[in-house]
Order: sequence, then structure tokens, then C-alpha cells
Amino acid sequence: MSDAPSNGTALGPGSHPEIAPSVRLKMYSSMWRARVFEKRVYDLFMSGLVKGTTHLGTGQEAVAAGFSTAMRDDDMVFCTYRGHNHTLLRGAPMDSLMGELLGRESGCCGGKGGSMHLTDVEQHAMGSYAIVGAHLPVAAGAAWASAERGTGQVTACFFGDGTTNIGAFHESLNIAAVWNLPVVYVCENNLYMEYTPISSVTAVPNPAADRAAAYGLEPIIVDGNDVDAVYRTALTALHRARSGGGPSLIEAQTYRHHGHSRADPGKYRPDEEVEAWMRKDPLILYRARLESLGFAASDLDQVEEAARAEIDAATAAAKEAPEPGEAVLMTDLWADGGASWRR
Amino acid sequence: MATLTYREAVARGIAQEMARDERVLLIGEDVAEAGGVFKTTQGLRERFGPRRVRDTPISEEAITGMVMGAAMNGLRPIGEIMFSDFLATCWDIVANQIAKTRYMTGGQIELPLVLRSANGGGARFGGQHSQSVENWAMAIPGLKVVAPSTPVDVVGLMAAAIRDPNPVVFLEHKALFATKGEVPDGELVDTLGRAATVRQGDHATIVALAAMVPKAIEAADLLGREGISADVIDLRTLVPLDVTAVATSVAKTGRLFTVEENPRLCGWGAEVASIVAEECFWDLDGPIVRITTPHIPLPAADAIEDMAIPSVNRVVETVRASMQ
Ligand SMILES: Cc1ncc(C[n+]2csc(CCOP(=O)(O)OP(=O)(O)O)c2C)c(N)n1
Ligand SMILES: [Mg+2]
Repeated sequence: MSDAPSNGTALGPGSHPEIAPSVRLKMYSSMWRARVFEKRVYDLFMSGLVKGTTHLGTGQEAVAAGFSTAMRDDDMVFCTYRGHNHTLLRGAPMDSLMGELLGRESGCCGGKGGSMHLTDVEQHAMGSYAIVGAHLPVAAGAAWASAERGTGQVTACFFGDGTTNIGAFHESLNIAAVWNLPVVYVCENNLYMEYTPISSVTAVPNPAADRAAAYGLEPIIVDGNDVDAVYRTALTALHRARSGGGPSLIEAQTYRHHGHSRADPGKYRPDEEVEAWMRKDPLILYRARLESLGFAASDLDQVEEAARAEIDAATAAAKEAPEPGEAVLMTDLWADGGASWRR
Repeated sequence: MATLTYREAVARGIAQEMARDERVLLIGEDVAEAGGVFKTTQGLRERFGPRRVRDTPISEEAITGMVMGAAMNGLRPIGEIMFSDFLATCWDIVANQIAKTRYMTGGQIELPLVLRSANGGGARFGGQHSQSVENWAMAIPGLKVVAPSTPVDVVGLMAAAIRDPNPVVFLEHKALFATKGEVPDGELVDTLGRAATVRQGDHATIVALAAMVPKAIEAADLLGREGISADVIDLRTLVPLDVTAVATSVAKTGRLFTVEENPRLCGWGAEVASIVAEECFWDLDGPIVRITTPHIPLPAADAIEDMAIPSVNRVVETVRASMQ
């Protein structure tokens, strides 16, 4: 993020010069970092070290990679329980995320959040929310404050296809449009809620884009497995929001490689569908594109190696970190640091 | 010194804080142009402008969620939920998001916000516009809960709520809006978590909140003529709860009565009674008695709404019978 192209966010809609090689390499690296992170989380979950639940973003990395690369350093991100990719790529250190997943004191939330609530405010990763739809109005509020304070920040809010059917979606999109808020809503349409295909419970084929007109917004659909396309779409929407053009609603079409959560094998999905989407793995597609653009295979290998080294180090650090002690149980309910309700 | 109505005191408290701190903004349905359906925000839009006092669509999740998001990002917003019954439509945002976020993020996120709402019965509005929901809010870790009974307390506690760095649910009682009281000039800032002893006595402690406070005072005056003198404690805030004030009084009187408008089960008085039973048991000379609305939704017709909500008469009779 720190080397996000400053020219990027200044672009006007439609005016996209070539994406710089350094940006492309960064996005390739981002996707690999997210991929190896989720792979490790899955393994640790299966071996009982990550407890509770996990909702992996494997297969959907291009959305987080494209957006995080297009964002300004102080732009804010709100995401869901399927939020590891977004929190990591917004800048949260891998070891603090892994610490949180392993229930360690070193975790980004000190062990009080867990997989579904990864948050790193310092990096403007403003939280992962586990009640479907709840963070959409919160993101609108953060954007409202940016507008009132004149900070120039844009808020990006990620959610699933299933979220388009809950009331908070409608309330948020409407007020964001009416108040012309600097917020970009991104629906990651992975075709399923938990186990139910979105098409079987939704009145329109494109759950987000087909609703855009209801809020006076343009319908925007992007190939969510093509990181370049996501990046360009993000630049346009961020620029629009930052320059007073109001909110956007983007539907990124993608697919999760795993089941919904935990050890769900996702057997409710037809084999042909899974195979077709596996061939559209965003990492494989991007490697092929980069090689065809003349990137050296050895440079790309190095990116992958670096990601693997990073996750190994983060895992080791998290495993070594102590578990939170009783001393923190009754802290941080209130701003005074405590949890007292009486005098 | 000025005589203000309770509803004017709401606007006065908000205005005091908006004039002092430009990060304070107010949003809600009909709060700006119309000055609020209860006229509690009259004049604020004219004085502070349309950006700081803003009408929203009928979107309770958006109101509460946006107040939360704005509080995360440098504002100290106030959201109005027109009737407290409507909090049920956005209870996820209030109970799961606003209340839990500081704890769940290990203290990373601070939420200096106020949710105001018109609470309580007596206005013949029927079951969906009359409920006292203070016990809903009290049950959620992470929310402070304020429910003042007089204009001067409205101003001072509103200021304290707005300045508090935590989420505060501020319940304004519909039956009190027209009541009047003296309010000193100049800046008023009260303290959350301090009860007020509004009558002094020796034989009984009567603890009340919001619209039950004037009734408890009247009941205490009547009981006094019969030789039963009572402390009347106006809790003013439920969270933080002023246990010390209650315990000190019970140590003196030996008897505890609560007067609660919320429905019976898990009303705030149940918590007060349990604390006193546990911590002040040896001070008690008789049973703790709770006087509450029955465990029913409030009916609309005058005759039966008045039977449901604790009345002066019910307080007098219950205390008298229990003290014999
Ligand atoms: C209000 C609410 N209802 C139900 C759930 C249970 N639940 C968790 S994830 C999920 C599916 C959400 O689907 P979608 O929005 O498409 O996101 P995805 O998991 O595919 O990323 C459901 C129903 C919940 N967390 N919150
Ligand atoms: Mg989905």
C-alpha cells in the first residue's frame, strides 16, 4: 500500500494508462501473500490449532489485491468475517493476524476478536463484521465523517452476494447515495450464501448490479478474478468518491475455492462449476499474463518464495507468543480501559 | 435561572455541546426541519446549520450504523431513534456492533456516541410506541444507559453523555416532556453513574427512574403523613449503576422498594434487588419489593394503561402493606 501509485487515485474515470510493472508485481505479491496465509489457516484449523471457525478468501484474492493497491494509505476498509484477505492486504502485519487466529496475546485484537473480527485500526482496516450486512451502514458513517471533516479519505466496504438481500444493504446504499458519501460498496459475488446458491433466493440475476438503479447508481460488474480489471475499476470508483462524485456499487464476480467455512467441503456445488472456476484461479491467470508481458519467471518465483517465507515466520512467531492471561479478560470494554458497570 | 420544559432541556443540552465542540452532530428522522416529532430538537438546525443537524430517511440501521462509523472516524455524533420501541429494528447495530466493538478489537476502536430516544408510556400510544426499554439497553455489556427525570438533569446528563468517550443510550421520557423545572444559566455538566437522593426518610428506600421518580416522590410525601418516611433515590443512570447510593440508604432504612416502568421480568429493579440481597442482606428488615408494570405490552386505553404503569396509589399501598 505504501507504494500505491499516487497517480492512480488522481485518474479520471476511463483514463487508464498502462499499469506500471511495479504495481503489477505488488498485486501479484499481494495475491500470493493472501493465498499462503489462507492455506496456512486452513492447515492450522484442520490440525486443531486455529479454533472456532474460519471463512477463507481463497480464490477471491484479486478483489482485495486490486482494491488495496488502488487505495490511498489512509483510505478505510470494512469487511466481513471472510475478511482475512482484506485486513492483511490493507497492511496488518501477518504475525499479528496469525496471532489472533491462534488465540495469542500478540493478536491484532489481543485474542478478543478471533477469525471473524480481524481489525487493525492503525492500518485503517476498520474491522471485520460477522453479522451479515451490519458493516454497510457503519462504513457509510465512516465516510460521512470523512466528508464532514474534509479528510479526503474514501471508505471501501466489502460484502458477499447474500448480503444484498438484507435490509441494511438497502438502508446503506440509499443514504450513501442521498448524502453523496465517499464510499465504495463492493459485492464479492461468489455465487453462494453459505450453502444456498444466490440465484435461488434472489429476484434478479446480478444481486448487486441489478439493484444499483434503485439508488440512482450505475450498474458495475467486474471480473473479480482479474486483478488488473479490479484495480482499474477500483481506481475509477475511488477517484469518483474522492472528487465528490459519491458512492459506487461494484459487483465483482468471483468464487471461493473452499466451502463456506471451517472444514466445509462445499459438496453442494456441481463438479463442473468448481472445475471451471479453478481454471480461472486469479493467481494462475495473473502469472500467465505477467509472463506474456515479459516478467521474468524467476522474479515471479521469488515473489512466491517471499510469501512462503513470510507465512512461515508469522506462524512461528504466533506459536511462540503467549496466550492472553486473566488480566485482559476484564479490560477494554470502556474507554477507561476497564469493564466496571457500578460504583 | 430559567424555567424550562423537559423537552426544551433536551435541545438546550444538545445546543450547549454543539456550540462547544464542532465534532458534535445530530441526525435522525424529522430532527432538523421539523425540530423533532416531540419538538425536542427545535431550533438546532437554524442555529447550527443543515450539515450538523440532518434529517435521515426512515432507516434505523443506517442512523445507528452511521453514528457508529462516524464516531470511529473523529466525530461525536448523536443519533435519534424516534420511539425507543423502534430500537428493535436496529438492535443488531446497537447490541452487536456499537456495544461490542471496543472489547472485540482489544480497545482499538473508540465510540463516543449518543443514541437518544423517546421512551415509556402514559401517552395512550399503544403497544408499539409506549414501552420502557431501559432494561433492554442495561442488559448489553458496553452500553451506558441514562434516563433523567427533570429538566436540569436532562441538560447536565446530556452534556455528560455527549462528552463521554463511550456509547450512551439516552432515554427521554415521553410523559415528562411537558414538565417544567428550574435550570441554572451557564454551562451545566453532570456525572454519569451518580444517583440523586431526592427525598430523605428513615423507614424505607424507594428507588425510581425517569417518569417513576415524580410518582415515587408524591407517594413518599403521602406515606410521610402516615408516619412512614422514605428515602427516594432517582437512579438517573442504570449503567454505571450507583450501588453505593442504594446500599447506603438501605443501611439506614432497612427496606427496599423499586418503582419500575419496564415490564416485570428482568427489569432494572431485579438487578438492584439482587445486589442488595447479596451485599446488604443483614441490613434488611423485610422483603425487597418490586413495583413494576406487569409482564404485558402496554395497552392503549387510558383506563387500562393507567392500571398497568405503577401509580402513586400503587406505590403508597404496596409500601404501606409491606411495612405493616
Ligand atoms: C444476519 C445474519 N444472518 C445469517 C448469518 C449466518 N451467515 C453467515 S455467513 C452467511 C452467508 C453470507 O453470504 P454472502 O453474503 O454471500 O457472503 P460469503 O460468505 O459468500 O462471503 C450467513 C447466512 C449471519 N452471520 N448474519
Ligand atoms: Mg457469497
